[in-house]
Parts: sequence; C-alpha cells; structure tokens
Amino acid sequence: MSETLNYWLVIVGILFVLLNIAAFLIWVERRMLALWQDRLGPNRAGPFGLLIILADTLKLFFKEDWIPPFADRHVFVIAPAVIVISVLLSFAIIPFAPAIQIVDLNIGLLFFLGMSSLGVYSIVLGGWASNNKYSLLGALRGASQMISYEVFMGLSLMGVVMLSGSFSLRTIVEAQKDYWFVLLQPVGFVIFFIAGIAETHRLPFDIPEAESELVAGFHSEYSGMKFGMFFIGEYLGITLISSITVALFFGGWLGPAFLPPLAWFAIKTAGFILFFILLRASLPRPRYDQLMEYGWKILLPLTLLNLLVTGGIILFLNQP
Amino acid sequence: MLSIIRSIWLTFLHLFHKTETIQYPEEKVQLRPRYRGRIVLTRDPDNQERCVGCYLCAAACPVDCIALQATENEEGRRYPEFFRINFSRCIFCGFCEEACPTYAIQLIPDFEMAEYDRQNLVYEKEDLLINSQGKYPGYNYYKVAGLDAGVKGKGEGTNEEPPVDRHSLLP
Repeated sequence: MSETLNYWLVIVGILFVLLNIAAFLIWVERRMLALWQDRLGPNRAGPFGLLIILADTLKLFFKEDWIPPFADRHVFVIAPAVIVISVLLSFAIIPFAPAIQIVDLNIGLLFFLGMSSLGVYSIVLGGWASNNKYSLLGALRGASQMISYEVFMGLSLMGVVMLSGSFSLRTIVEAQKDYWFVLLQPVGFVIFFIAGIAETHRLPFDIPEAESELVAGFHSEYSGMKFGMFFIGEYLGITLISSITVALFFGGWLGPAFLPPLAWFAIKTAGFILFFILLRASLPRPRYDQLMEYGWKILLPLTLLNLLVTGGIILFLNQP
Repeated sequence: MLSIIRSIWLTFLHLFHKTETIQYPEEKVQLRPRYRGRIVLTRDPDNQERCVGCYLCAAACPVDCIALQATENEEGRRYPEFFRINFSRCIFCGFCEEACPTYAIQLIPDFEMAEYDRQNLVYEKEDLLINSQGKYPGYNYYKVAGLDAGVKGKGEGTNEEPPVDRHSLLP
C-alpha cells in the first residue's frame, strides 16, 4: 500500500514540478535573453517580473481558441497534445535522484529515443492539418530535420552504452562514479547535444518554425491554449534534453556530498537550460540545405568514427 | 567552428555589461533641444502672439491636422481667430515649424501627451499658446516687417530707412 502511494507521489510530484518549470522557463528565457542583449526584460509585474508567467498564462487561456474552417478539425486538435504527451512520457525514465525515478526500464535509452521520435508527429500533423502552405513547409522541414538528426542522436549515445554496458539510465549514472562520461566521450556529448537542439527545434535549428521565413511555420494557424501546448512542449523538450544530457554525460545526481543528489541534478540541468537560451541569443539560423549538409556530411561520419574508436579502445583494453 | 564558440562566449560576456534600458516613468530620458515633440505657439518679446495667420503651416502639414482662421485687429495686425491642432493626427514631422515665416509655431521636447479620451487630443489656441519666445528669443516679426500694425511706424525698423517721398525724386 505504502509503495503504491509512494509511486503516485513521485509521479504527481514530477508532473507538477515539470509543468511549473516549463511555465517558469517563459520568464527565465525572457529575462536571460534580455540580459544577453543588454536589455532588462519583463521586470514590472511582481518581484523581478515573476508575475509575467501568470499574465502570459492567463492571456493564453483567454485568447480566442480558433480552428480555421479549412483545417482538418480532429487532427488539428490532437497535434499539440502529442508533443506534450510524448515529452512528458520521456521523463518517466529519467533518474532525478537515487529514490526519484518513475520507472527504471532496462531499455530506458531506447524508450527515450522512441518517445522523442514520436514528438515529430506533432509537427507534421499540426502542419498538415492546418491546410496552409507555410505550415506545410514548416512541417516538411521539421520532418526531414528530425529524421536526419535522429539517426546520429541514437548513434552518438551508443558510446555511453558501450562504456556502461546498459541501456538503463540508473546503471549509466552509477557507472559514472569515477569519471563523468563527458571526459571519455567528448565527441559523443557534443554531437548528442547538437542533435538534441535540433530535436527540440530550438534556435539555431528552429527551421520548422523560422518566423522570419514561414510566419510561424507549423503552428502558424494555432492560437490560444493550443499554441500554448506547443509552447509548453518546447520548454519541456529543453528540460528533457538538458536532464538526459546530465544523466548520460555529467554524472546525473552524482556530486560532492554537501548538497543532496537532487540538488546536483537540478543545478546541472539548469546550467544546460541556460546554455540553450544562450545559444538562442548568440547564433543565427543556418540555411535549410546547410543544416542537412552539416548533419549528413559532417556529424554522421563523425559519430560513426567516434563509435568505431570507442569500440576499438574498449576491445583493446578488455582483451585477455 | 571556432567562430561559433567565440560568438557564444562574447554573447555570454554581455551578462556583465550595463543594460541600455531607461526605466521610463521613474527615469526620464534626456531629450535634445531640437527634439520634435508637442507643438506650441510662441509669443514675441512684447508678449503678443507671433502667429500672423498666413496658413503656411496648414498648407505644409502632410496629414492636415492644423486648422486656423486668420483675422485682423483695428490696427491692422493679423492674428488667428482660432487655431486648432488635432494631435491624434499629427505625425510630429516638423514641417509646420519649417514653413512658419514668423517663428510662431514650434515643436518642443515634450511627448507626454497621452489621453484617455480621443477628443482631448484636439488642442485649441489657448492650449497651444505659451508665455515664451521659444527657440528665437528677441525676435519680433512686426519689428522687421515693412508694415505698420501698431508696433512701429513705417520705416522705423532696425534695418529700414524712412519712406521716401517718390514725388520729390522727380527731376
């Protein structure tokens, strides 16, 4: 009985904290972007402008929730939910602390890769159901970007899997007791992070929405809370990629004992979230063909090489 | 690749730079004297209206926001009977100031004109007239004009010679 209760507490707690973090990131991103652009950002509503979160959310709720008459109604309504659900499901396998993990799957990494691939349906279906050429262009770009970056996203993680000998995230974190895997797998880390940015379609890889070219890309026709779902999904995606990076390459909850494990995990994840925002502040969007070329001609061969070298070294060290 | 890392680093350094933002209601911006803000009608050194009702400002105005009606007092001095500027139309281009031959209409560095009622943005003559000579102190049109309008007699101006009796010049 108490174990069931514990499960529910963990699940509801993680859900609550994650959704609040996603909302909180609205404020964080606006303030940090402003600081990096020598501005102040929203600082009027409440202490440090924190009530801007409330104002933004209320505004989203009270906006007219409009479904265009030319849209494919059912798909149009489902699409924004898909991204939030798939990202939230991915959080099930993340070990936040030794005791805080919803489920320790022995194929945890594959589950994460599968769920993040499902997220692309949201973009494709949303763009297609909008029945608008800019949305469709955004959706097409999103689909091809996801497919090409998914390939080496998975492959770049295989080095970590080889080193720890497991797909379970808890085992991977515990295998980093001596060295963080970022020291043993620097190339894998960089490639995974780049693929992660492309996966969450954040700047500089935000070509599915590309507001300067495609109005707003796949979510041009969305308004109100349906747009809000895409918005929340994007921030959840940032949090997901950051926490996965921390768990796989930066030792997860491991750290000096003066802080609790959860605090170490939170600090490391916050660092990566801030780095996501810093990237948005500093880098321009590449052209579409540059993105594809970069993915297939540089990153994919590099990933394969990394895999080959890692495997070779492990075989060499383990020979009898 | 290096340039990308460099630009990320340089952007990060902006965290420690001073922000450009002026927090407006608490902190006011320093406006230049020639800033084009609210339009005023100035007075000459004798505290009379400078405006002579020539309609050049109304003609120059690209959005037709100036309306006036010229009239004359018993001494022959022209002045506007009414002078109306609709600031909800005004684009603060300053063409009226450039067109004005008597330096009467001027734009001043004040922009805090917000109103809740649109009708309050229509300024009448008593709203526009100020007790100041504006940017050209000491200038009085009727002192340099060759016209007797009660300010000075004919030929009594600073750069003027007394009127000549044409008939006396005959040979």
